[in-house]
Amino acid sequence: MRGTYCAVLALLTLSQNVIADEGKLIGTAGLNQIEGAGGGGLVPWATLSGYDSQEQTSLNVFATNVNVDDYRLQVLGSSVSLYDRVEVSAARHTFDLTSLGGEIRQNIYGAKVRLYGDVVYSQYPQLSAGVQYKDLQDDTIANALGSTDSSGLDYYLSATKVHLGAAAGYNLVWNVTARMTKANQLGLLGFGHATQDNHELMMEGSVGILFNRHLAVGAEYRQKPDNLGLGEDDWWDVFVTYIPSKSFNVTLAWAELGSIAGAQGQDGLYLSIGGQLW
Amino acid sequence: MVKCVSSMLIILALAGCATTQQSLYDELGGKQTIAAIVDNFITEIQYDAEILPYFEGSDIARFRDKLEEQLCDVADGPCDYTGDTMAQVHAGMAITEHDFNLTVDLLINAMTQAGVPHRVQNKLLARLAPMRKDMLYK
Ligand code: HEM
Repeated sequence: MRGTYCAVLALLTLSQNVIADEGKLIGTAGLNQIEGAGGGGLVPWATLSGYDSQEQTSLNVFATNVNVDDYRLQVLGSSVSLYDRVEVSAARHTFDLTSLGGEIRQNIYGAKVRLYGDVVYSQYPQLSAGVQYKDLQDDTIANALGSTDSSGLDYYLSATKVHLGAAAGYNLVWNVTARMTKANQLGLLGFGHATQDNHELMMEGSVGILFNRHLAVGAEYRQKPDNLGLGEDDWWDVFVTYIPSKSFNVTLAWAELGSIAGAQGQDGLYLSIGGQLW
Repeated sequence: MVKCVSSMLIILALAGCATTQQSLYDELGGKQTIAAIVDNFITEIQYDAEILPYFEGSDIARFRDKLEEQLCDVADGPCDYTGDTMAQVHAGMAITEHDFNLTVDLLINAMTQAGVPHRVQNKLLARLAPMRKDMLYK
């Protein structure tokens, strides 16, 4: 049902090519998703953050701010990518309850390994596997809502592919991620519940069109569990990313986050800036 | 979720169908533009300290000839490529991923200077991309 929101269709228009300075596709390498992994905005991708090739390493930093009706999520993070094979990331969440008062902090440590392929050049999509360890610092609300744990592990498998010139000459990128998780609202509301305490499979996806070397537009969808029985909704967003150079990117998105801890219809602006230090 | 996936698939399908009647050769601008691309590409290589050493001792007249032929051929133009296979030509060069990517950037510059629109550039790159596996680290 919520899938109807997934209006991916408002995307198609302009173009140019999209090979970055180092030959990686600009935009597919440059972003860090909300939990710190290389990806889009909400969804981890098979690509590693940074424009390193097999002979290089890269260090990336990012800051993200999501402002919805009753909450604000601030994320600060960093990731290292090694020889286009391994990515290690760390991110800190500060979740402000702007209506109720108070904040919830969470630390997330991630690792991702590229298993196969090159997002642009290989015949099949690039494939990566990753983990995210989430450690909730303020678990009062999570406990009050009946979650069982204040830390948890997500596992995911991602496939990402760029099709050169496939959308009437525009380059097209898509990503599908399968995640095993028991995190409630990313973990900010704890992990699991007495009545549902297993990892569940959640599907996530992204599509984007690269209008030129510097501009990508797309949409994302992220399925979420509802362990707490509070009607936790799937998330989606539409985004515009501007990438003036491989060392800087800025993303503006409209995010629909649905019901969060009983507060309905949480939507608002997602703003993220990121950069590659080397 | 199902609707989401299906709308993504529709986009992919639309994208796949959106081909024009014109051959890529015509879209590129035919023989003249291809000659300009190859000329610009050779100049780009001459000024690139990382790529130029690969071409030390190469017969540049032959390279120009064969590359023009090849681009014409892969773009469905009126030519048949008569050079050696990509595997044969690039064997023993030990081309790294970084250098390959850099060469693609030089080719993109060459196409931009020749006035090839970005959407047409993408289509030509799409046809060359599968050749990479025959050249890297050989
Ligand atoms: C998609 C990418 C590429 C294409 C389509 C391509 C195509 C060609 C063609 C058609 C020739 C002439 C073949 C012949 O003489 O029979 C050639 C020669 C050559 N290529 Fe490439 N090439 C590519 C990438 C590269 C890269 C990345 C390098 C090095 C960094 C490179 C280095 C050379 C050299 C040095 C020669 C001359 C070989 C000789 O002297 O015999 N090529 N290439």
